[in-house]
Amino acid sequence: MPSWPALASQAFNGLALGSLLALVSSGLTIILGTLGVLNFAHGALFAVGAYAAFVMLQYTQSFLLAIAVGCGFMLVLGFLLERLIIRFFYGRPHEDQILVTYGIGIVLVECVRAVFGGNAQRVPTPSWGQGATQLGFLIYPTYRLQLIAIIATLLVGLYLVLYRTSMGLVVRAGIENPGMVGILGINLRRTFLLVFAIGVVAVGLAGMLYAPVVAVTPDMGANFMAQSFVVIVLGGLGSFPGAVVGGLIAGEIVSLTSAFNSSYSEVMLYALMALLLVLRPQGLFGSEGRV
Amino acid sequence: MSLLEVDRINTLYGDSHVLFDLSIRVEEGEVVALLGRNGAGKTTTLRSIMGVLAPRSGEIRLDGKPISGLAPSAIANMGVQLVPEERAIFGGLTVEENLRIAALTAPNAWSFERIYGVFPRLKERRKSLGRTLSGGEQQMLSIARALIRDARIILLDEPFEGLAPLIVRDLVNVAAGLAREGRTMIVVEQNVAAALSFATRVYGLNNGHVVFEGTSAELTANPDLARDFLGVGA
Repeated sequence: MPSWPALASQAFNGLALGSLLALVSSGLTIILGTLGVLNFAHGALFAVGAYAAFVMLQYTQSFLLAIAVGCGFMLVLGFLLERLIIRFFYGRPHEDQILVTYGIGIVLVECVRAVFGGNAQRVPTPSWGQGATQLGFLIYPTYRLQLIAIIATLLVGLYLVLYRTSMGLVVRAGIENPGMVGILGINLRRTFLLVFAIGVVAVGLAGMLYAPVVAVTPDMGANFMAQSFVVIVLGGLGSFPGAVVGGLIAGEIVSLTSAFNSSYSEVMLYALMALLLVLRPQGLFGSEGRV
Repeated sequence: MSLLEVDRINTLYGDSHVLFDLSIRVEEGEVVALLGRNGAGKTTTLRSIMGVLAPRSGEIRLDGKPISGLAPSAIANMGVQLVPEERAIFGGLTVEENLRIAALTAPNAWSFERIYGVFPRLKERRKSLGRTLSGGEQQMLSIARALIRDARIILLDEPFEGLAPLIVRDLVNVAAGLAREGRTMIVVEQNVAAALSFATRVYGLNNGHVVFEGTSAELTANPDLARDFLGVGA
């Protein structure tokens, strides 16, 4: 039995991992819900984001500036991918979409490996996030606390875009019934480009923010992508609240199980998914119908 | 020139041929009823006009300009608005959000107050999610989405289906009011009496062909006329 401070510390790790999964998964689930495309390049884009932060940090020496430029880079990358490749696959069978996005993922990861090599790179913790913070009986790394706060802010921003803007209205309606959105005079294809690009920025940004916490390698996104697929199944396909809640649950399960025995952490996650699929196949916030 | 002309269209669902050289026309300010048995091609006609299904041949013209082959969104923005049989309310959006998204691309969108003047019930429920509405309220909202766009021609597909008689009466009153104001409509309905109460002209459809064309008065006066294509008298 681990000590209480150790458990509490793992609970905070779960919150950090969970908020990150929430951010990654909300991009994934919104792209899936709106465009109907399951994006298997998501893990690679996470790594590309981390490397973007690594490179820009060398040039700018400022973490915030590096992230800002990195987001611009991810936005352009998202636009290019949608215009040059993804848009030709909207009407195609899911197998084709999976193959093409999986292929994009392999190309991106291998490009990163070709340029930077396979060895782990280190992105230093930003100057404002150094050290540890005293939380009552627990001392916890400051940057991880800031990470939780930053991602919470980003998720609130994403919520406001989805629930308080016209574009968000179109996206939410499009997830439910794209045909009727067209009948009401709205050309959804134009929204698709923005949704895809925003999804790419979200996952890239997650990679950038996570870079100081882990070793940056070309394959760093693979595990994340698998977990974020579990999250969107848990939360319900196409559901933004589902991605957030599912992300937090998944993060806590992985982290808290690790406190007892780390080799079971992934098993517990998939066991929970299997259990949920039996009891509630549409996921926590999902509705039956469109996939 | 008619407002809407459907000129010898052939529409297929996959391999099954549904509409055969079907032609109808609708004048400005007119309410036209499409009557016929299940499978006669009424819904397919409306879906072809809206662009949800593209006719294999033939042409559909609005103000003389061909619209067949355009995307539904483009046709909607020319003033055609389908109120689909399944109502297609966005269940995760509130009543007001359903209206807001409908109004988004309409240049002469009505105000919410004007819509609530037609459907006071929707005002009471404006903050409710679409999925919590009753069947009658969903139908009101579905019609309201077409009205808020100030559509030039509204295509009503089975608007009274599955609703309680009192609600049907209210909706017929609304439709009759719109007809009096000169709103152009095509209505597909199994409830022949309800449809004839506000339609001026009728097309009878059978197996994808037009088998009758006449005024509502003719049909009401000669119930035998409808027997061929409806199976029962009007």
